[in-house]
Amino acid sequence: MPIASPAVDQVGILDRVERITKRSIKNESKVQGLKMALNMIDLTTLEGADTEKKVIQLCNKAQHLHDAYPGLPTVAAVCVYPNFVSVAKTNLKGSNIKVAAVATAFPAGQSSREVKLLDTKMAVDAGADEIDMVISRGKFHSGEYAFVFDEIAAIKEACGNARLKVILETGELGTFDKVRKASDIAMAAGADFIKTSTGKISPAATLPVTLVMLEAIKDHYYNTGVQVGMKPAGGISNAKLALQYLLLVKETLGADWLNNNWFRFGASSLANDLLMQLVKQDTGLYQSKDYFSKD
Amino acid sequence: MSKKTIAINFDTGWDLNPAPESTSHIQLNEQYQLFIGGKWVKPESGKYFATINPATEEKIAMVAEANEKDVDKAVKAARKAYNDVWSKMPAAERGKYIYRIARLMQEKARELAVIETMDGGKPIRESRDIDIPLAAAHFFYYAGWADKLNYAFPNRHPQSLGVAGQITPWNFPLLMAAWKIAPALATGNTVVLKPAETTPLTALKLAEIIQESGLPDGVVNIVTGAGATGAAVVNHKDVDKIAFTGSTGVGKIIQNAVAGTNKKVTLELGGKAANIIFEDAALDQAVEGIINGIYFNQGHVCCAGSRLFVQESVYDTVLRKLKDRMESLVVGNPLDKNTDVGAINSKEQLATIHNYLKIGKQEGGEMYQSNCSTPKKGYWCKPTLFTNLSQSNRIVQEEIFGPVLAVQTFRTVSEVIEKANNTPFGLSAGVWTDKGSKLFNLTAQMRAGIIWGNTYNKFDPTSPFGGYKESGFGREGGLHGLKPYLKF
Amino acid sequence: MARAEILKTYKIYIGGKFPRTESGRYYTPKQDGKSLGNICLSSRKDFRNAVVAARNAFGSWSNATAFNRSQVLYRIAEMLEGRKAQFVEELMQQGSSKAKAEKEVFAAIDRIIYFAGWCDKYSQIFSAVNPVATSHFNFTAPEPTGVVSVVAPEDTSLIGLVSGIIPVIASGNTCVVLVSESKPLCAVTFAEVLNSSDVPGGAVNILTGHTKELLSHMASHMDVNAFLYARGDKKELLEIQKQAVENLKRVVHYDFSDVYAEKHQNPYYIEDFVEMKTTWHPIEKIGASGSGY
Repeated sequence: MPIASPAVDQVGILDRVERITKRSIKNESKVQGLKMALNMIDLTTLEGADTEKKVIQLCNKAQHLHDAYPGLPTVAAVCVYPNFVSVAKTNLKGSNIKVAAVATAFPAGQSSREVKLLDTKMAVDAGADEIDMVISRGKFHSGEYAFVFDEIAAIKEACGNARLKVILETGELGTFDKVRKASDIAMAAGADFIKTSTGKISPAATLPVTLVMLEAIKDHYYNTGVQVGMKPAGGISNAKLALQYLLLVKETLGADWLNNNWFRFGASSLANDLLMQLVKQDTGLYQSKDYFSKD
Repeated sequence: MSKKTIAINFDTGWDLNPAPESTSHIQLNEQYQLFIGGKWVKPESGKYFATINPATEEKIAMVAEANEKDVDKAVKAARKAYNDVWSKMPAAERGKYIYRIARLMQEKARELAVIETMDGGKPIRESRDIDIPLAAAHFFYYAGWADKLNYAFPNRHPQSLGVAGQITPWNFPLLMAAWKIAPALATGNTVVLKPAETTPLTALKLAEIIQESGLPDGVVNIVTGAGATGAAVVNHKDVDKIAFTGSTGVGKIIQNAVAGTNKKVTLELGGKAANIIFEDAALDQAVEGIINGIYFNQGHVCCAGSRLFVQESVYDTVLRKLKDRMESLVVGNPLDKNTDVGAINSKEQLATIHNYLKIGKQEGGEMYQSNCSTPKKGYWCKPTLFTNLSQSNRIVQEEIFGPVLAVQTFRTVSEVIEKANNTPFGLSAGVWTDKGSKLFNLTAQMRAGIIWGNTYNKFDPTSPFGGYKESGFGREGGLHGLKPYLKF
Repeated sequence: MARAEILKTYKIYIGGKFPRTESGRYYTPKQDGKSLGNICLSSRKDFRNAVVAARNAFGSWSNATAFNRSQVLYRIAEMLEGRKAQFVEELMQQGSSKAKAEKEVFAAIDRIIYFAGWCDKYSQIFSAVNPVATSHFNFTAPEPTGVVSVVAPEDTSLIGLVSGIIPVIASGNTCVVLVSESKPLCAVTFAEVLNSSDVPGGAVNILTGHTKELLSHMASHMDVNAFLYARGDKKELLEIQKQAVENLKRVVHYDFSDVYAEKHQNPYYIEDFVEMKTTWHPIEKIGASGSGY
């Protein structure tokens, strides 16, 4: 487990992010960015009201984002609760789209180790390619870092071949220093991805918090040679913001992270806004939401 | 996948398309006269000089060259305006005119930003987000002081001096004009301003704004020209006050010239600031501060953090992070909204910088430049740093005024204090540490006028600016910036 | 036939909105026997709602940069200048001569400009770096007090109101103002000016009504931090001072009977509604010649 994480200066982070947001992305570079972003989406439904039919509809959307526009990439994955993994698997057969499942008593993570392991195992056994776990924020705030570390390591073991995304729930951590510490713990414990949020807490993903995590990933890479992915999730609903996230990646971690193996967006409504912007770039006409399927 | 070396690959294949700021809305004349007594006046000599866009080497406009006679006219106009109108006007009314100038600058901010970038080569991001808003904010801030001077200097009955002669540099043309004019007007003085010869356009646009504001004729006069014009302003017998921003060499000439006269002087001169990184600092943000400290405005900044001191225990990490960050700096067309580092201001300045790069290498320094391409035309210098240096190297001692960083290491607090202060300059310094008590120790020990803690190159109209030692004397900005324009 | 004029309905101003009073009541002040309109007779509940709005606005207004507050105050003056004819007309309706009305409006505009200038300067006058004997960096700087109750003068409609409100909000306080009972027109129109001047909703709340009915609530409310009384009634002042004790409200009294006088333009009116905060921070002692340990 990492002994001490480096300090993070909030004002400096905000200044750096402001410079990113002042960048201008136009023409071909915009189209390229929009397609890249589409391809990085974990299309997500995590509602108490989810049903099999809803999940099937989502899987359909994932494979047919907007067939009127030829040559579009698909999203990276569909993200559901463990009990819908098999439905999603069945309905995504033949595509390259992965199935991700949230596990470990998502979203609060308030349960026993046994339940969390079982939750994970259930998703993995059903065929989940990726597991999105939540850390125990209560233990983290109590200073029980070893507990948090051990739990992640245990879940990682239970994942087998499935890739593990570790949700820090940054909106509950309070400071960038804490975000940095949680990132370092998660990576040391074996996370394949670190992820900002469950989407159930506000604030969810933000550019500044993502920058803090990207810098943690970069230091981890230089220190160990191990590449860890990044997934901001929640609150990213428009194309402009998504492109700014990609710029952060471009200028912090470069080419090796700028693909859906190592960068994901957790989002539900982002896809349609990206599509609207793509069609706008193509036709020159500002678009209406009525022309893009909602699932 | 083949086995990779551990390095960040910034060649992403996702390059941003050009995003040039539009120049269609700006209004520029082909030829500019002198602004004297509220009117545009032809120069006595009939001579004009070209002002060049350093990014394209193309001529933008011809500008009048003022000689001694023109300067005399300008001083007389300023004296007349002082005697007849400005010194008699109620202070609150004076303030309202300055507010008007501030508002007009805000209204025309984008036009001013584009012209500033064309004339001087600085990135539009900086002129748009820093130079112009700050310049307007200076007028806004000092406008409010006009009728409040008694509160700034209680029991001292502050009075204006008369005519102020002001000479501004080419690195922040409009901002420096604002730093000079705003406090002078607020304190009830009239002005003869001589902007730098390579970047006179925004000062001339300011003259148009001043006309539009209805400021009484002659309160602000703007005479363009080179060193001889500046000398005529400095040596004019009826000037009560000289304010100069520029090189230490010229500053000394001015101090010599005014010796024996009653002229008040403020000098804001060169610098060779230490930017000090301790091992406990937030290193990623410190690196951002190093970048901002030295590559802001191509390093054409008197307070640039040109001497970097890194604590030995984090030297490798900081250098690695710094080099990575340098890779994401976009160098090129200053009008492009994505440009981080623009054009070197003039051919002469580029030659000076190149000469220092040569000296640096000759003296054993190890040079590193970012892997960016630069345009064929125009004056460019890639972001540069030198390692393997010591205090005795010339590029550590002398002001380069370009995007060139001199990196050294240190072990202890006392060592870095000694090294940082081991310079004839004393304008600014930066300190990066997560420990407050260490930060305040360093701010107390640095012999410099501005100390930035965990930040760099921040400016505000309320915050005084100026140097110790050979970086000059007097302060500009804030309450303290009023004093050089007053007698008691 | 002559065109029928559209008559203005005078409302109160709470949280950036223009409701009528929740009580539904009105009163009809008269000038020379002529009605000035059906003016809202605000209730204690209106006041209560206004305090909630003022407290909510305190965070954003007090956290705005000094430069930003300065710009906003300047904007108020700009908007007022643009609508001066309306104010002159209302002042004349309330009994002023044209010359007096113009004088009042111009004085009000200039006074706002005056205080706009102080927003980013008053702390430079009132702050100090204190040379304490230990190795500490120690400084004192002002911060706004909080929510302020303001009772504006009775005898002027605009200049007294402006002279009361502007210095209070210059530092970042928010306020609830009870305006002149007999000359309420300019206050309501001034609320419209504030509303179009980038002043956040709730920073200034303006109530019309009976002083007798509202005064004790304004003075006793536990979430109000200070009170500005700008009238001359000694009995009312005493009542305020007594009621203020419960939560130690700072009570400030200005005699605005000569409200035009230059003495009513000074930064101490801002200082009256700030708290002084002192911060201590250690300074490590290591010099160029080595450390002191």
